[in-house]
Amino acid sequence: MKKRYLSLGLAGVMALSLAACGGSGSSTSDSADTKETTTAEAAADESAAEEGGEAAEGGETAAEGATFKIGAIGPLTGAAANYGIAVQNGADLAVKEINEAGGINGYQVEYNCQDDENDTQKAVNAYNALKDWGMQMLVGTTTSQPCIAVLAETSVDNMFHITPSGSAVESISEPNAFRICFSDPDQGRASAQYIGEHGMATKIGVIYDSSTEYSTGIYESFEEEAAGQGLEIVAAGAFTSDTNTDFTVQLTECKDAGAELVFLPIYYSEASTILKQASDMGYEPQFFGCDGMDGILTVENFDTSLAEGLMLLTPFSADEEGSQDFVAAYTEAYGIEPIQFAADSYDAVYAIKAAAEKADINPEMSVSDICEALKVAMTEIEIDGLTGSGMTWTEDGEPHKEPKAVMIVNGEYEMQ
Amino acid sequence: MSFLSCLISGISLGSVYAIIALGYTMVYGIAKMLNFAHGDIIMVGAFAAFTVVNTMGLPTGLGILTAVVICTILGVTVERIAYKPLRGASSLAVLITAIGVSYLLQNLVLLIFGPTPKKFTSVIDLPPLQLAGGQLSISAVTIVTVITCLAVIVALTTFINKTKMGQAMLAVSEDREAATLMGINVNSTIALTFAIGSALAAVAGVLFCSAYDNLDPYIGSMPGIKAFVAAVFGGIGSIPGAFIGGIVLGIIEQLAKRYISDQLSNAIVFLVLILVLLIRPTGLFGRKISEKV
Repeated sequence: MKKRYLSLGLAGVMALSLAACGGSGSSTSDSADTKETTTAEAAADESAAEEGGEAAEGGETAAEGATFKIGAIGPLTGAAANYGIAVQNGADLAVKEINEAGGINGYQVEYNCQDDENDTQKAVNAYNALKDWGMQMLVGTTTSQPCIAVLAETSVDNMFHITPSGSAVESISEPNAFRICFSDPDQGRASAQYIGEHGMATKIGVIYDSSTEYSTGIYESFEEEAAGQGLEIVAAGAFTSDTNTDFTVQLTECKDAGAELVFLPIYYSEASTILKQASDMGYEPQFFGCDGMDGILTVENFDTSLAEGLMLLTPFSADEEGSQDFVAAYTEAYGIEPIQFAADSYDAVYAIKAAAEKADINPEMSVSDICEALKVAMTEIEIDGLTGSGMTWTEDGEPHKEPKAVMIVNGEYEMQ
Repeated sequence: MSFLSCLISGISLGSVYAIIALGYTMVYGIAKMLNFAHGDIIMVGAFAAFTVVNTMGLPTGLGILTAVVICTILGVTVERIAYKPLRGASSLAVLITAIGVSYLLQNLVLLIFGPTPKKFTSVIDLPPLQLAGGQLSISAVTIVTVITCLAVIVALTTFINKTKMGQAMLAVSEDREAATLMGINVNSTIALTFAIGSALAAVAGVLFCSAYDNLDPYIGSMPGIKAFVAAVFGGIGSIPGAFIGGIVLGIIEQLAKRYISDQLSNAIVFLVLILVLLIRPTGLFGRKISEKV
């Protein structure tokens, strides 16, 4: 009898696991997929209904109720949640502003953001859920690896794809994709140039994550550019996602080699551990990070005094002139100061608006037609965004703007 | 100097592995099962201490005590619900159950605390020990961990050799059926083993997070696996073996990271395990068990 229960249970488990496999996003999987998307759809419908209600009050110009549907994807939970939530809020704020001001080409905009937990499979699931919802343009995904996975889908569907912060080269390797942030190699080069031009140090130590494309991509281009800037990389320590708790060896290498500046092209959660361990060792070099460092001040229970003097290359700073209105509106709406990712996605929505107006598209057009029109328009527009003034794009999807650096002083970003 | 500081960070890492390995080895020695959920009990301990000390702002001592109590209860409960019904089952079934418990605990904590990483404030608020004019510094956590580890070993060995309960444990580990015949309550002895192992896990969790301040629902898995390697390395079932195994493993890992490759350090650790098992299948301190035909 017991055995029968067990085998029943096991069969149940097997069925479940099969369903989970099926849900991994291939468009051919049927039962599991429908199950998953119905809940997502229900949620989407609800929020759409709400937004639709608001929109009806706000804009009377909307023709026959047709709306543009912009979707977004990012890690709303998980270790990279700070990025995804910022992207979600930034785009949400931009959409609300645009709707209040009369929408895009007179059409209201609907917005829906899905969680991918920084996981490639879940990102593709999220994309499929958004497609079922009727998405016409994608702001996403937030992180590089999922972005590459979703790009494989959007390029087939010819869906307009603009990532606020997916910085790997491959994240926009298809013609339908653009980005707001710098690419990894651009960040690496810009970091080396900034350090060299400002004479911050000559002996550089690097600690990077060899298991992410983001980190290795920045490191490689940094290394290339460093020689030209008269910088000497005296120590380079790597770690992987399995060995990201103890950095004392890498820090000791940097310390022993006499590195005056330690370059950290990594995400903030590991960086916060590195800062703590360096301080425990009594090693106090200048630390310098890229956009992945953004968010370090929001880690729960992190002693922010450890980040004092930390510099990071970021195109956005909350205390910068010109971003004050955005910061005020954002803080009021979401109860937290915006980070660069919020500004990136805010700019992404406005880039879509600018391109959509240039190309004069309307929501009745097919996804593919919208993409074709926007692709051309993107290379013709120039916008003054939060993350740079006079931003332009080339056909390969790369943005052109000036990099800026901030330093953490008294627990706040200070423009350099 | 660089070699020495590497050695010290190796000992620091190794002493945490050692405390975790003690739990593995005790449970294996007495219950003859690999409790793969042990790493996750550590994580629960760390979260319990984090909640009491950092979220509720209560004193550190109370935090550690709460962690120990919660882990002990958790360990005994898990044993009662998940492992005891399988006492007669094949070891593979128990192993798979343990893996299931491990995932259950991870996901429960994920559900309760959310996935955002947290910073654990070290429970040891002492300055590092500076040697050789500041060139060599040993963090207070390292010293406390090594001392705790040694104290635990002395206490455990005394407990096992000098008390009746300890003798009962030894008897159960030697021969479960014979122990039953001698009037030893095998079930309560195994429950006690889990209680002790889990209490140790709580201490290990607090020390691990004090040394490496990241706290998320998955922190237990990698140190758990490494500690298992350490236990096998030292000879599973042997208490001094777990200590030596842990320390040696920590040192190998850090030295490999420094002198061979940052990225291959884990691979080298597991390579060492394979070599040890090839040369000495019972580990450094393991007892040879002759099969009777």
